[in-house]
Amino acid sequence: MFKYALKQIAAGIVTVFFIATATFTAMHAVPGDPLSKGKAIAPEVRKNLEAKYGLDQPVTKQYTMFLTNMVKGDFGISFTQANRSVNDIIREHFPISAILGLFAIAVAAAGGILWGSLTALYRNKWPDKLIMLAVIFGVSVPSFVVAALMQLGVTALNKHFGLQLFAVAGWGGLTHAVLPAVALGLSTMSFLTRLMRSSMLEVVNADYIRTAKAKGVSSTGIFFSHQLRNAILPVITVLGPAIAAITTGGFVVESVFAIPGLGRYFVQAVQQLDYTVIMGLTVFYGAYLVAMVILVDIVYGLIDPRIKVGKASG
Amino acid sequence: MTHLTGKNRLFGVFATCFGSIFLVSGCTTEPPKPDTVTIAMLAEPPDLNATKATDSESFFILGHVMEGLTRAGSDGKPSPAVAESWEITDAGATFTLRSNAQWSDGKPVTAHDFVYAWRTVVDPKNASEYAFILFPIKNAEKIVSKKAPVDSLGVLALDARTLKVTFEKPCGYFLSLTSFATYFPVREDFHQLHGERYGAEANTLLYNGPFRLTQWVHGASLKLEKNPTYWNASIVKLNAIQIPYITPDLSAQLNLYKDGKIDLVSLGKNTLKTAMQERFKMKKYSDGTVFYLEFNFAEGRITRNKNLRKSIQYVLDGEEFVGRVISIPGTLVGTSVIPTWIAGKNGLFREDYPIQSVKPNLALAKHHLAEAMKELGLKTPPTLVWLTGDSPGASKEAEYFQNLLSSKLGITLKIDKQIFKQRLAKMSAGEFDVVSAGWGPDYNDPMTFADLKTSWNENNRGRWKNAQYDELIRKAQSTTKNTVRMDSMAAAEKILLEELPILPLYERSVIYTQSDWLANVGRRAVGFDPDLTTATTRDETAKN
Repeated sequence: MFKYALKQIAAGIVTVFFIATATFTAMHAVPGDPLSKGKAIAPEVRKNLEAKYGLDQPVTKQYTMFLTNMVKGDFGISFTQANRSVNDIIREHFPISAILGLFAIAVAAAGGILWGSLTALYRNKWPDKLIMLAVIFGVSVPSFVVAALMQLGVTALNKHFGLQLFAVAGWGGLTHAVLPAVALGLSTMSFLTRLMRSSMLEVVNADYIRTAKAKGVSSTGIFFSHQLRNAILPVITVLGPAIAAITTGGFVVESVFAIPGLGRYFVQAVQQLDYTVIMGLTVFYGAYLVAMVILVDIVYGLIDPRIKVGKASG
Repeated sequence: MTHLTGKNRLFGVFATCFGSIFLVSGCTTEPPKPDTVTIAMLAEPPDLNATKATDSESFFILGHVMEGLTRAGSDGKPSPAVAESWEITDAGATFTLRSNAQWSDGKPVTAHDFVYAWRTVVDPKNASEYAFILFPIKNAEKIVSKKAPVDSLGVLALDARTLKVTFEKPCGYFLSLTSFATYFPVREDFHQLHGERYGAEANTLLYNGPFRLTQWVHGASLKLEKNPTYWNASIVKLNAIQIPYITPDLSAQLNLYKDGKIDLVSLGKNTLKTAMQERFKMKKYSDGTVFYLEFNFAEGRITRNKNLRKSIQYVLDGEEFVGRVISIPGTLVGTSVIPTWIAGKNGLFREDYPIQSVKPNLALAKHHLAEAMKELGLKTPPTLVWLTGDSPGASKEAEYFQNLLSSKLGITLKIDKQIFKQRLAKMSAGEFDVVSAGWGPDYNDPMTFADLKTSWNENNRGRWKNAQYDELIRKAQSTTKNTVRMDSMAAAEKILLEELPILPLYERSVIYTQSDWLANVGRRAVGFDPDLTTATTRDETAKN
């Protein structure tokens, strides 16, 4: 098990190195220039700026400089926010995206597992049909539409009742997190519902369920200790990447709800060609995603005793 | 039966979970505080170090928390601020600072703070992008290009309250520059203490303006509170300006306004419709920006042909374009690169030097096109590469011209839609025939627009070159005599209108709505906007 984990981590480091190199190459291949603004910069000022950011060096030198600093854990200073380091940006804004993401994952996982189980238990009856209809909506409507609709709805609701049920936008307490978490988690929830449904359907008719029933175990007992435990495995497999995607991918939702998360900085950095922020955040996101996948592999082994990762891979 | 109860229990657990979230979140209402204005910002200020700031968000905050030698009123005219009086000659300027101008720690603002700030701006190590705005000061340009030492800058503190500026050459609009953020003072000891972190947080900046920044949570919120040490504190009626929301999403901003969370919101094309349905009271102002088509004059480009440019000018119906494509009330049809609102000799520049607007004339347009084709040796009407941005508005505009030019003149447009940075790269590299561009003012003088097409201006992307025009602008830039300056700029403008290196399209107007009880908010084209310095809130009962 330990050896397996070590191997996975080594592979992960190589992956992150490739991500960094590919991003660096692609970024420098894109036409455009991180220093350009709507108003042209005087050539002599430009020279001073290039010197400051090391852009006057050849690209190969810039690359080695970047790698050396990356190993030291320093991603440099943002081009657009000249007195903030990329590390500061990650440290201050990632936790917000992560908290929002965890809320969204909680909503998605709880909803997905519960709705999925219910559809399987009520197969082809009205709750199943109703929920599956909602799932189609959840999968096909993108999160920014859901976010905008929810915001409009809440504005109308607040106006109608004359009180503040949920905050329209902003970041602070629980009232601020509910709407964006639902908007962000909805498509994952729908996806998980479908997964859970099919997985549960397999389990519901299994022999050992019949045995349990025959032994007189209560339906709740069967649900929790037999059906759920067996049906949840595929859900956990997709949950890892889903967690990474949700905790990092909430840009539009963050923008609509004015949440100071990291996603906004990433998209702005790409638009502004903010080299240091693009590199820093891509490497950070890449490492994060890789870590999540490794974690899921390990957790999988813990939940399902049949999978002995250490022995299987030697 | 047992099955059903089990499932019902599940339903019950679920309902309780969601219900409790609803209950927990259902009980927070904040009453609006008196003498406080709450607004949202489109983006976070990237940098509150005044020596480096370049964007309108930073200028907005800096304008409220700092103050230069002068302060621009809502008419754009400079009025005394840290300087109580001044004397300007062809050789330079002398400013006398008021004795009661203070930093937020109680120490006086001195002439040395200005010397230190301006030297920092031009210091090559600081790499300030707006260093060019100090170029009227002696040696500034040389220092930036490392051809002179930093302390050779033409600014001296004769004593704590007297600041002497030497000009590179006579500068007729220097006074209007002194209200600009890049000219704000910086105190040496404080700046050195914080180094690179100066202006990065609320507590790494020293204030001398009407407000202090008391809270800054990056990406999330800012709070400005009245500055008790401000020399003119009695004009400030607000206790605080709250900025709890930062989002570029105008629909989200309008929703916040509808929900009573913010007091002021600008309206875009889409949110304008919603605001009209809600019957909000709307106001408008000109943000000073002029939009135009810029033609490429690089070797081999067909847009060098004057008849071709004239044919595009005559086929364009400005009224129709503004009404159908821009469709924001208050937008003015563009007549020149120098906008109608800017001050001239006594009144407005445009009133001093009126120009004839060009009426659309299809016959003339066709005539010029035929001439152009003859001169260029073309058998069929040409194809033009039309560089534009990726916003819905930019697309609509490009498609309007595509349809107009092909249906009326048979000219084909190849629309090259690019995101911001790529568009800039293509503009600088000259990879276009026509580019749709705009220009906003840096200071309150026609020169901020008039010198755009000089051969030495980096913003002259079309690389148009005209010796006579260059000469007139040079003349206007080397005198403080107002009549000579204005006459020269008007003559230069005439050349622009005749030679048509750019084709003016429109002067932008911004529509906004604000809470009924909010008054005296300054909206303007030059300097920071909106100006809440003297804003007032009427009594609380009017709020509800």
